[in-house]
Amino acid sequence: MSVSTEAAPGPAADASAPLLSLRGIEKSFGAVHVLRGVDLDVYSGQVTALVGDNGAGKSTLIKGVAGIYTFDGGEFIFEGKPVSVHEPKAANALGIEVVYQDLALCDNLDVVHNMFLGREEKRGVTLDEDEMESRARDTLNGLSVRTLKSVRQSVSSLSGGQRQTVAIARAVLWNSKLVILDEPTAALGVAQTAQVLSLVRRLADSGLAVILISHNMVDVLQVADSIAVLYLGQMAAQVRAADVNQNQVVELITSGSSGDMGLQPEHEGAQS
Amino acid sequence: MSTTATDTQVSPDPANEGSIRQAMADYWTRVKGGDLGSLPAVLGLIVLMGIFTALEGQTFLSAFNLANLMSQAAMIIVLAMGLVFVLLLGEIDLSAGFAAGTAAAVLGVTLTQRDWPLPLALVACLGTGLAIGLFIGVLVARLGIPSFVVTLAMFLALQGLMLLIIGEGGTVGIKDDFILALQNKNLSPIAGWILYIVVVGGYALVSGLRLRRRIANNLTHEVVSVWIAKVTTLAILYGGATLLLNQERSRRPDLTSIQGVPYIIPLILVLLIGLTFVLSRTGFGRHIYAVGGNAEAARRAGINVGGIKIACFAICSTLAAVAGILFASRDNSISPSTGGSTTLLFAVGAAVIGGTSLFGGRGKISDAVLGGLVVGVIANGLPLVTSQAGVQFIVTGLVLLVAASVDALSRKRSG
Repeated sequence: MSVSTEAAPGPAADASAPLLSLRGIEKSFGAVHVLRGVDLDVYSGQVTALVGDNGAGKSTLIKGVAGIYTFDGGEFIFEGKPVSVHEPKAANALGIEVVYQDLALCDNLDVVHNMFLGREEKRGVTLDEDEMESRARDTLNGLSVRTLKSVRQSVSSLSGGQRQTVAIARAVLWNSKLVILDEPTAALGVAQTAQVLSLVRRLADSGLAVILISHNMVDVLQVADSIAVLYLGQMAAQVRAADVNQNQVVELITSGSSGDMGLQPEHEGAQS
Repeated sequence: MSTTATDTQVSPDPANEGSIRQAMADYWTRVKGGDLGSLPAVLGLIVLMGIFTALEGQTFLSAFNLANLMSQAAMIIVLAMGLVFVLLLGEIDLSAGFAAGTAAAVLGVTLTQRDWPLPLALVACLGTGLAIGLFIGVLVARLGIPSFVVTLAMFLALQGLMLLIIGEGGTVGIKDDFILALQNKNLSPIAGWILYIVVVGGYALVSGLRLRRRIANNLTHEVVSVWIAKVTTLAILYGGATLLLNQERSRRPDLTSIQGVPYIIPLILVLLIGLTFVLSRTGFGRHIYAVGGNAEAARRAGINVGGIKIACFAICSTLAAVAGILFASRDNSISPSTGGSTTLLFAVGAAVIGGTSLFGGRGKISDAVLGGLVVGVIANGLPLVTSQAGVQFIVTGLVLLVAASVDALSRKRSG
């Protein structure tokens, strides 16, 4: 884990090779076969949307990448090297951060405290508040966050969009390379959704790889570069957002195929 | 990505600097948002002092009575300091009063009946508190039993343990000079003023240097005039108290002279400063607030939630043992009722009146001192006004209810 103070999160990596590449991922819980040979490519500098109906396996896939579950089979390739991620700390060490839907913020603490929660900067036994505050501010400024009045505001006084911003800023504070956002706009109003989506876009533009889980097709088509559709534990298709329209994505989500895209009746594998 | 247009966006608002009016407006916004802090305690203290002064000013405001009030409040304050740690987690320790009593009983028996040397007896006393706290903490954190139930059981069990330790005799006298001095002896007037200079000067220096550093580094900081106001208020209030306590307050000055700041005050100051440091300047303290605010978020951030809980219960019961020493000193003896009766209720009340939330996540050590003074003023002043115990209990109960209501309402507003 880096303690660099640079504001811009992560350098822009080689765009030709995927940052994260999953091949033939398998995962079962008892008799339930949740993930069946899932492939996924995530590139730096891009927003990869992960969509699918409830129970399609999105959460399981993400939790596997985050180290909360261990995949039963398949290849987990990060920065071109096969890795094994068995615990969240290992994922963090690789530069993978997850922003969960409930955000996991402490309402009674301020923005700086939340951003450094569990990873406080110290000088001797005391907390280095000055260092933490400067770094938090630099990170927020680097993300062009203009909605926070003060980094010393307590989180309880923030709006839903501001909280999301703080949670995302916390994820990029650690020179992370891949940020996974779980339904970041689910609870937000129109204006705040727009703010958070533009922040998601800026994350990718600054060179990070972003995985966006969302049920909102408008959001997905607006912000994503690539859309990966899970259907009953299989990767129905991973397509470029520019190549599809909303109806096709919805069709992929609900039936696993759309025209010549997606899983064909023989289930001959995903086309990408 | 361009940062030029947004450089100042989350920098300190320039309008904030130098204006005490702005600082007060910010404070008022916080109060309206439900963050009352110590405002109710300060108001309560002023109102109560006013009432008792108006009704029984001659007795209440005498130096003798005020020193007595400090000594009465001291045990409540120290107990409440411990309870702040537990309350910050959103937990409760109903057994703290009898943890104080049990630890005091261990002190009395080892010191008086077994003739142990003082340091050893003190270690046994504090160790008793620590062991009780660890036991409660493990049951709460590892087994997941609600702290209300665990400590209610301990409330009963510790009373029994006290009876067994004290034995058939009923009371154990304390004859050790050091223990007795804690609540009954005073600093010389000169030493009182030296302490005053050290405390006020130290506060001004430490907070002033910090303020200067934060201004130099362009970080958020309080307004300079607010800092001056804080230092001045401390200097005046503490100076006034020292002046008052340095007066002769013996009823027969020709026989024995009683003057000076009671030893108990430096003891409380040391606890106040030390524990405030732990809570606000160390990672451990930060994690206590995090667990109290959102235990699941703390767990996901890699904080050892169970460990924090056990540590907080251990701190609470150990501070209860310190309060037990003060009980022993004030009463010159230990009896099975030491730490019983209203002790615990007063201590919880003190923490809540001071501004510590019963719902967890919000509170400071200074809350215990402020709230303890409020409770002390009530406990001291009411008997001067009315001799009816019934009225005294009802008034104290109502004050507690008001404090808890303020806590619940402020939580609603901020929630």
